[in-house]
Amino acid sequence: MQGFGVAILTQVIWAQLLLLGWARASELTFELPDNAKQCFYEDIIVGTKCTLEFQVVTGGHYDVDCRLDDPDGNVLYKEMKKQYDSFTFTASKNGSYKFCFSNEFSTFTHKTVYFDFQVGEDPPLFPNENRVSALTQMESACVSIHEALKSVIDYQTRFRLREAQGRSRAEDLNTRVAFWSIGEAIILLVVSIGQVVLLRSFFSDKKTTTTRVGS
Amino acid sequence: GVVVKALQVVLLLTFPLLTVMCSLCSALYFHIGETEKKCFIEEIPDETMVIGNYRTQLYDKQREEYLPATPGLGMFVEVKDPDDKVILSRQYGSEGRFTFTSHTPGEHQICLHSNSSKFALFAGGMLRVHLDIQVGEHATDYAEIAAKDKLTELQLRVRQLIEQVEQIQKEQNYQRYREERFRQTSESTNQRVLWWSIIQTLILVAIGFWQMRHLKSFFEAKKLV
Repeated sequence: MQGFGVAILTQVIWAQLLLLGWARASELTFELPDNAKQCFYEDIIVGTKCTLEFQVVTGGHYDVDCRLDDPDGNVLYKEMKKQYDSFTFTASKNGSYKFCFSNEFSTFTHKTVYFDFQVGEDPPLFPNENRVSALTQMESACVSIHEALKSVIDYQTRFRLREAQGRSRAEDLNTRVAFWSIGEAIILLVVSIGQVVLLRSFFSDKKTTTTRVGS
Repeated sequence: GVVVKALQVVLLLTFPLLTVMCSLCSALYFHIGETEKKCFIEEIPDETMVIGNYRTQLYDKQREEYLPATPGLGMFVEVKDPDDKVILSRQYGSEGRFTFTSHTPGEHQICLHSNSSKFALFAGGMLRVHLDIQVGEHATDYAEIAAKDKLTELQLRVRQLIEQVEQIQKEQNYQRYREERFRQTSESTNQRVLWWSIIQTLILVAIGFWQMRHLKSFFEAKKLV
């Protein structure tokens, strides 16, 4: 009887979890050093629609290798040297999905990578909701505004990343211009003074030899 | 009858508990070495709340699976603001939740590393860290607000919309501040290019004159000209 009760309990919990849909959105920005590989894992239930979106924010040519594997090791998505991409898939089996970002082709540039992994749909506002009636007009209007605002926030994030990219390039350019200008000025001075000194040295040697012969 | 009732009670209790606990059950996870420090960057506007949840698991070689880490093993969480000032630096247990609110807009850095100094604990394996970072509007717990303020469903939805719009407003404000910085950098580059070109041309011309004059007087002294 006890075992039966436990069995029922686990079945219902699993069903409730399925209803929850394990809905998640994980959004992270991290730094990927040169010759490094960073992997993330997520446990997904079969049938959930997932989206992986990534973008390289700063570093080098703004590209990274990305790879997504299913629990059996089959490659679902593999791209080399991509700046930005979005991949949607439906989980075909239960288990731990793995996605990796690799900067192994780069020798000295660190890359900052942003990714957004969306699993399932968003959870409902009321977790203990037991809807019997349909949504009222007001409520469905609220839902549609909510969805629209979500896409606005999404666009904002993408724009923020592009702006960060542009700004880091501009700051790079600024420091490079400063160093190169000072460097070139120094080189100019050194080369021109060196030229004069060298010319003088050619003629100075002849002078000492002639004077010696003279006296 | 009694068993069924007991089951019902247990179910009623476990479901909300599961929703709370399982906020990390399905979270993203990654592996971290013993002395490794993993940092994440969050670019956020000011007055934004960030909540981070993490859970660690240690690899058990005997059972060849990941088990919840021993209580002694904790994680050290350090949060730095855009000016590299530390705003949160605390040690938590093997499972923890950290919260901070940004006071300056910009890139905040959240770093995690384990506080273990005993190599035997890891035994060459890795620590599995489940991490979930929620920023701004995503960090609010609507069920809690509904219960506390006794809101109807419509009121709660409107509250959610208000929070979303506030987040959008804050981000737009931050965007204005960033664009100004970008413009300053571009104008500084423009100025630098302009001034250094002029200076370098002047140096060239001046050096040219100096060279000719110096060599001329040198050759005249040597009675070659």
